[in-house]
Amino acid sequence: MKVNGVDHPAPSDTRRLLSDHLRHDLGLTGTHVGCEHGVCGCCTVLLDGAPVRSCLMLAVQAEGHEVATIESLARDDEPLHPVQQAFHECHGLQCGFCTPGFVMSVVGLLAQHPHPTAQQIEEGIAGNLCRCTGYASIRRAVGRAVELTR
Amino acid sequence: MPRRGDVGRVKPARFEYHSPRSVDEACSLLSSLEDAKVLAGGQSLIPLLNFRLARPQHLVDINRVEGLDRVYARDGGIAVQALARQAAVEDSSVVANLCPLLSEAVRLVAHRVIRNRGTVCGSLAHADPASELPAVLLALGGHVVTRSARGERLIAAEQLFRGVFESALAPDELMVEAWFPELVEAYAILEESRRHGDFALAGVVRAGDNLALFGVASTPVLADPSDPSRGLEPSADLEATAEFRRHLVRVLAQRAMAA
Repeated sequence: MKVNGVDHPAPSDTRRLLSDHLRHDLGLTGTHVGCEHGVCGCCTVLLDGAPVRSCLMLAVQAEGHEVATIESLARDDEPLHPVQQAFHECHGLQCGFCTPGFVMSVVGLLAQHPHPTAQQIEEGIAGNLCRCTGYASIRRAVGRAVELTR
Repeated sequence: MPRRGDVGRVKPARFEYHSPRSVDEACSLLSSLEDAKVLAGGQSLIPLLNFRLARPQHLVDINRVEGLDRVYARDGGIAVQALARQAAVEDSSVVANLCPLLSEAVRLVAHRVIRNRGTVCGSLAHADPASELPAVLLALGGHVVTRSARGERLIAAEQLFRGVFESALAPDELMVEAWFPELVEAYAILEESRRHGDFALAGVVRAGDNLALFGVASTPVLADPSDPSRGLEPSADLEATAEFRRHLVRVLAQRAMAA
């Protein structure tokens, strides 16, 4: 499978989840793991460009596909990705645990709807839980990300 | 890099993994293996594996089967193949034209990120009584097509749902397609849930004169639109009492029939 543009062999243990493979085998700890049953959204990554829960996939299922994690959005010393920049500007995070999942969901949302309506924004982030912000600043960050992407 | 305790960490209990490339190969695996489970989108099965609530000895992953992800018009309705993701059904103009009820219903299933992986046939096979799509299939009078080494079988919606998480599929059968008839009459799907994307406390689907309920019995059930809560004995939990669920059914049914 290709992870952030680099080829990696799939793990030998077919029981390994994609989320655990990214974190523990590849050291890509930007993908966070919260609930491990698809509710919290922290582990969201892009699979062939579409956001999916990496805790609800076996790593072997990603063989032959392209996975993009939060680490792919801006490398060290590069400017932040527009969605990251927007979260920064709008205080779209406090503790930051949920943030990689939100950012990847929003990247997927904006790929699907480059000019989302307010309802599309709400639905786009509804699958991610944040216990700090109360979501208002995250909603603003999505609007700002749209501006920055133009 | 990995810390020592993380090496080899896995959640599911031990299983043998199979990745067939064709429907025939999948069916021959299902007919020869003891205690096998089909893995499609995995949005219900993998949580069960992660919690070790499900411990199948074999997983038959159908994701690499070619040509099983189509959504197409057939026999005056919409056929949705086993690997068609819910997101593809949501975005399909064919579905929106022939069966807008299905387009609307699929948007109520969890969240887009889940629907990017989750499949319509998987929802039907999982037979969660609180899920929307089984009730839609029932209200529309659709069917599913199954394949096994023994041949092909068609199961009508009324015969498909047997109990909580229990369908009429035999252990060696693979659901290859679900079929939803075209609907030109009035329709509605209404549900009450605590948060957007949550499972509904109670829900109703109207397709013309038919009314199906979900979340209020061990399977989706057809109901009399003029007295929708008759004979219902929904379960009570922390979220809702049985009486509140009956109340929701009456109110939602009234709104749906007025739509």
